[in-house]
Amino acid sequence: MTRLTPAPPPGKLIDSPPFKVNAKKELANPVLRKNLRFATHTIRAKRRLRVSEVGEEAWQQLRDAAAEIKDRVARHLDTYLLQLEETLTAKGAVVHWARDAAEANQIVVDLVKAKQVQDVVKIKSMVTQEIDLNESLEANGVAAWETDLAELIVQLGHDRPSHILVPAIHRNRSEVREIFLREMGRYGTPAPADLSNDPPVLAAAARTHLRNKFLAAKVAISGGNFAIAETGTLVIVESEGNGRMCLTLPETLISVVGIEKVLPTFDDLEVFLQLLPRSSTAERMNPYTSMWSGITPGDGPQELHVVLVDNGRTQALADEIGRPALRCIRCSACLNICPVYERVGGHAYGSVYPGPIGIALTPQLRGIKSVIDKSLPFACSLCNACADVCPVQIPLPEIIVHNRNRVAEAKQSERRPHLETTAVGAMTWVWKNPKHWEKMLKLAGLSGKALAALRVQSLGPLPPPISAWSNARDLPAPPAQSFREWWKRNREGAQ
Amino acid sequence: MNTAKDVILTRIKSALADVPSAPIEEDAPVTWEYGKVAEMPAILDVFVDALEDYKATVYRVSAAEVPKTVVKALKSKGAHSVVLPAGLEASWREAIHHAKIGIHDDEPPLTAPQLNEIDAVVTASRISIASTGTIVLDHTPDQGRRALTLVPDIHVCVVAADSVVSDVPEAVAKLKASITAGQPLTFISGGSATSDIELQRVEGVHGPRKLLVVLAE
Amino acid sequence: MSQPGDGIRVALFATCINDVMFPNTPKAVVKLLERLGCTVDFPFGQTCCGQMFTNTGYYKEGLTTVHTYVDAFERYDYIVAPSGSCVGAVRHQHPMLAEWAGDELLLARVCKLVPRTFDLSEFLVDVLGVTDVGAFFPHKVTYHATCHSLRVTKVGERPYQLLQAVRGLDFVELPSDEAGLPTAEECCGFGGTFSLKNPDVSVAMVSEKVRNILATGAEYVTAGDNSCLMNIGGLLHRQKAPVKAIHLAEILASTEEDAA
Repeated sequence: MTRLTPAPPPGKLIDSPPFKVNAKKELANPVLRKNLRFATHTIRAKRRLRVSEVGEEAWQQLRDAAAEIKDRVARHLDTYLLQLEETLTAKGAVVHWARDAAEANQIVVDLVKAKQVQDVVKIKSMVTQEIDLNESLEANGVAAWETDLAELIVQLGHDRPSHILVPAIHRNRSEVREIFLREMGRYGTPAPADLSNDPPVLAAAARTHLRNKFLAAKVAISGGNFAIAETGTLVIVESEGNGRMCLTLPETLISVVGIEKVLPTFDDLEVFLQLLPRSSTAERMNPYTSMWSGITPGDGPQELHVVLVDNGRTQALADEIGRPALRCIRCSACLNICPVYERVGGHAYGSVYPGPIGIALTPQLRGIKSVIDKSLPFACSLCNACADVCPVQIPLPEIIVHNRNRVAEAKQSERRPHLETTAVGAMTWVWKNPKHWEKMLKLAGLSGKALAALRVQSLGPLPPPISAWSNARDLPAPPAQSFREWWKRNREGAQ
Repeated sequence: MNTAKDVILTRIKSALADVPSAPIEEDAPVTWEYGKVAEMPAILDVFVDALEDYKATVYRVSAAEVPKTVVKALKSKGAHSVVLPAGLEASWREAIHHAKIGIHDDEPPLTAPQLNEIDAVVTASRISIASTGTIVLDHTPDQGRRALTLVPDIHVCVVAADSVVSDVPEAVAKLKASITAGQPLTFISGGSATSDIELQRVEGVHGPRKLLVVLAE
Repeated sequence: MSQPGDGIRVALFATCINDVMFPNTPKAVVKLLERLGCTVDFPFGQTCCGQMFTNTGYYKEGLTTVHTYVDAFERYDYIVAPSGSCVGAVRHQHPMLAEWAGDELLLARVCKLVPRTFDLSEFLVDVLGVTDVGAFFPHKVTYHATCHSLRVTKVGERPYQLLQAVRGLDFVELPSDEAGLPTAEECCGFGGTFSLKNPDVSVAMVSEKVRNILATGAEYVTAGDNSCLMNIGGLLHRQKAPVKAIHLAEILASTEEDAA
């Protein structure tokens, strides 16, 4: 069967190889590294500027408030979801509940099919990426068109997003130009033949390509940045206006929303509308924010469906250490500051959520069964830079270490020998008792003496597992005398 | 019976076994002071600076000058046709009419393709936020339904000086009434823009690419 | 002549990596603190802060080192370590592990030790109240902030203040990146077992750190953590680069007599 939309790369994200393998592949791509470095460093500096405009103290107060509001939501999620359902329903929306990705996809497919349309337009949405909605629609004969510029670049490029906010961050202008020239004509209005690689020209080509799709669309699919329980209001924060097109012109709107996106009151928005734009695109305010409460007669879609998705969120909620990961507002400040993300990009993570939030959240949502999910918590040097920039103060390093603990305990419970668990067992014996440690130090001193006799001051390439270190870095040879021994000889009397 | 709903609510309840059954405000206090007005002596200057930072064109005029400034703004971008919301101030409409710019009314409602053929839209606005350079529409009759301020490429927006508030909290507090009345809201901060290609900001993608603001003092 | 450390008894927490690999650093701490008037003890019961276990997910094993630490240092009012990272582990991971184990008694003991455990730079500046420690080090030196000193233990400007007061020292800042942000604050890629579990990313990170260090033209790169310096120094050595890695304590301990 011929496809309606460009095919993404084959396979499912959860079946990805472990992070280390993916990272090695991505590191070998110099164009990718250059694109990523430029983009992440640029946005880091801009974010810092926008935050400094608010002032350190005021910014911290906003972060405190955001964390408190989000914790309130998490700790009383059932109450707020029921309230949201009630207010939405009262304002003419139909609320659906989905336990997992399959159920959410089925709900959307059924709604779209009932409208007898072949095409839907989409606003960039992380949760629909997470449930892989586009492929479900494709399998059911419906073409879902991404309308955010970056998502369009990704879709037309037969690619996957590599960043939460800037999904085509791994592409530079020349690559975008090539993709537009090659693919646009196959799926609608072609790009002009004389297309240059100037970003305004490329953006104009996207405008032209999508305009007819917007004007003809009968059904749109969106996510939601916030859902206000008190008023039944959905909020979408965006830049380009593609969101407004989707939210305004079609007759039917289907909004797919993670259950953690609910906020108690409309007033709570004053906190998040200050934090989100500065943390994400590093603007004082994003160009467009749309808010709508159910159906407005004579204005916009006259049929609104809201699909509330669990898909692992209640699992994260049940983990008291993992729970704060549900505060995430998908700003991607943590990706932009992360030294690991900066070097490997989003594709290495095998999840729609890459970077620090990805390795904190994904193993919470999906568990730690697959090889990629087992490896994700270790894709981090624990530099803590993410914790400092997170606008909702998710203790990312703590959750990452906690996920490591889950992996380590699973490994230990397997009851088959691992190099790592054996080494950890041996070192526990060494460090548990200072007498054992002293023996170890003597051994090291002896080897140090032996090496000194051979005039070896430094160790070059060594066999595995030390090769992971020594392939690129030397290791100093241990000195003949440990500090402890020195102290004994020189200071024993001082004690 | 909605089984998915029941299952999810049961999952949530069991996930939150550690949460005591105290009132929400006690269990999870929020210490934030809502709706605070920011100190801002030169509020209109801050607003205009922020707008211009987004590359919007700003006209600062007296209330009496608004009609002719609206016409001037439309002409500056070469608009030949304009859609006007039903509740627009009569004197603005009259000035546009005199300037021989083709006026379209939204009664009966224009289709999206029809709107796509119109150059411009002129509207009032509900509230503006100085610190962020944001204009908020609540789509009441002097602003029209959302599609009017979306499809045409030029948006001339009149902002009354006394509708400009300091910062986001003050605005959100005042907009609650519009939400309660069932109105949708559109926050506009400059024109449509994207930073999706190499994080270089490009003004103008799908929304109106030209935003002209007439600030009536 | 009175000294800022007069009457102050300090327990030196050498840290395991220094004990076995970098004894010159704790020796320098002893020399420096004694020069400033302190009495220095080295409790033999100490081993490791346990962060290698904890950070790799082995909490049960990390917990054993919490016990060792508490047993070794409980009787001291001031515990000083030449490591922002190990001090960070004591402050944040030890209480976490005690809580994780549900061991109230241990938690109470840990919480008493947390405010008494200092990174060397904190102890000098905050407790002894000195930034000029009488050091002499006539070399061009750059400083890598190290993630845990900067963002976990939050030593802030203290190392800079201490370095700037060293006589003869020509301080040169690590360069800013192209967007104007300080690269001194960027991770060197060590990350404990991260450097073994994700060696390719780790090496990519340290390569950039080394490039930035070389760009300064410094003779020495210093930091408050020998683990990061072992990573940076390991690549410098492999590249036969003319820059040596040296712990901050060793610079601060140096005097004119050493130079002579």
